Amino acid sequence: MSDIIVNKNLPIVSKRLDIKEAYKLETYLSTGGYEGLKKALQMNPEDVADEVMKASLLGRGGAGFPAGRKWSMLKPARVKYLVINGDESEPATFKDHDLIERDPHQIIEGVVVASYALGVNQAFIFCRGEFALGLERLQAALNEAYDYGAVGADIFGSGFSVDIVVHPGAGAYICGEETSLLQSLEGKRGYPRIKPPYFPAVMGLYNQPTVVNNIETVSNLPWIVLNGGDAFAAMGQDSSAGSRIFALSGQVKRPGNYEVEMGKVTFRNLIFDESYGGGILDDLALKAFIPGGVSAPWFGPEHLDLPLTQEAIANKGSMLGSGSVVVFNESTCPVKAAWRISKFFYRESCGQCTPCREGSGWIEKIMHRIETGNGRMEDIDLVLDVCDNIAPGLSWPPKQTTICVLGPSIPSSIVSAVNMFKQDFIDHIEKGKCTFDK
Amino acid sequence: MGHLSEEIINKANILLEIYPNKRSALIPLCHLAQGQDGYLTPEAIVEIADLVGVTPAEVRGTASFYDMFHLEPVGKHVVAMCTNIACMLRGADELLEHAQESLDVGIGGTTQDGQFTLEEAECLAGCNNAPCVQVNHRFFGPLDNEGFDRLVEDLRSGKLKDEVPEHGVLNRVDRNYGLKATPDQVQAERDVMESAKKERLAKKSEAN
Repeated sequence: MSDIIVNKNLPIVSKRLDIKEAYKLETYLSTGGYEGLKKALQMNPEDVADEVMKASLLGRGGAGFPAGRKWSMLKPARVKYLVINGDESEPATFKDHDLIERDPHQIIEGVVVASYALGVNQAFIFCRGEFALGLERLQAALNEAYDYGAVGADIFGSGFSVDIVVHPGAGAYICGEETSLLQSLEGKRGYPRIKPPYFPAVMGLYNQPTVVNNIETVSNLPWIVLNGGDAFAAMGQDSSAGSRIFALSGQVKRPGNYEVEMGKVTFRNLIFDESYGGGILDDLALKAFIPGGVSAPWFGPEHLDLPLTQEAIANKGSMLGSGSVVVFNESTCPVKAAWRISKFFYRESCGQCTPCREGSGWIEKIMHRIETGNGRMEDIDLVLDVCDNIAPGLSWPPKQTTICVLGPSIPSSIVSAVNMFKQDFIDHIEKGKCTFDK
Repeated sequence: MGHLSEEIINKANILLEIYPNKRSALIPLCHLAQGQDGYLTPEAIVEIADLVGVTPAEVRGTASFYDMFHLEPVGKHVVAMCTNIACMLRGADELLEHAQESLDVGIGGTTQDGQFTLEEAECLAGCNNAPCVQVNHRFFGPLDNEGFDRLVEDLRSGKLKDEVPEHGVLNRVDRNYGLKATPDQVQAERDVMESAKKERLAKKSEAN
């Protein structure tokens, strides 16, 4: 049984996910909706930004950069933009999907709060194209919010105006990378831009200063404004303040999104507690787990007692990333898992940079032949050598040879699989087949 | 009368107005055109190019980058099956194999009767319902073999025609208004806010 003391403030960002029809304005208002915005509009914009700075809210997209600091880096300009990243495509991440479909007003309220603090008069919500229902709900909520006076001209009579546009993606993992997302929003192929000079805070959308924030990040803002940044910062541990949604999937009994206070819950709690994952599927032993999306190096059972904070996980050589935890039980072939992840990167590489474009395909080919029993013993060193050419040194965090971080993310699962399960690679090659096939 | 319907042209005119740059409407317009025809027809590409002010080659070149746009005709129902890690761990490969057999079609192929196109998809963010499947971008899952066959049967018989509309993720997305904050209003507000901020800063430095 669980010995976790659940913070009385929880859940914050996911509080409406289980409420029926919370995507409708009526339900949203009856559960405290738009109160944060009303309070924010009574404050000075810089004081709203201060609260977010005090909250130490870390960006929820994957990089975990403090949102308040990101805002403070926005270059002053006459025209600047706010873009919300709802392109959620990191494999095994599905928190934004739920937030968009079930609580779109919270996102819209967060966007208006952020726009007010930043002095932005046009904001875009980039929603993944595959979320057909999400796009419908988000646009319907936006229409309601306009009618209610929470978006548009002279919001609630405050003398502040912002227009919001819901923009659909069209199916490309790379568009979750912020500069690629901006390219896509400009109606172009989603090729990431090189930094410098294209730091969004300086040269973003249409070359104007732009803040790009994740859906979950802005969804936290109404609560932070209402309760104060200090209340948010009081939760959590070290620099990982507040609470966060963890998306648990793979071979657990109860996969799902679970909001927990940062640092107060371990991977063991998340995977095994009845109130969260409920244990391993088929009651088998845990083999390994991915702590933060497929770009993150894997962990073994020895890391189960790590608390869920950015530092604790970084110290052990991986990352919290997008907060998606994938569980492998003992029946899973680690070679197959690593091959599948490499196939994903191969399919999603945009093709701009040689190490990523060529390397991803080469790695996928080698991994596929090992998995299907056609590998050669030298393939193990070869695949690591190809990885080393994308991210020299194979260290963590990876060194970068490419414009964006997609390329350097490719080696992590391969290196993890080889380091943790080398004997399985050898067995595949010696026996000429997948040793986990029934 | 052009190739795109009047309804789409009306939606297009709003889209062209709400972005600071017309080209930004390119991808939403491709979604709308695909909603009408099921795929991006050469005629639609020419019209979109005219609307946003680029060449047809640029529209095609942009659209071909994205997985969701079809440049060839597809079946009435595009069945996208995720086989990425979270679904793989829950039997997605076996399900995809079953789907190929039961629909009698390979990955990327369309059934003879034009009802189904089968695709292998990357993570669709439905991992809590793995293995998950999208039909015309509507979620289903978790599915086993029997569940998949039932789904196919329901799609064939038209039982799900409300839940699963025909192509186009923007067909039911309705924005019939342009921007509400006019540039003059924005400018006036900004002047007021900036001078108020200056005053506050001046007071603050005086107090110190």
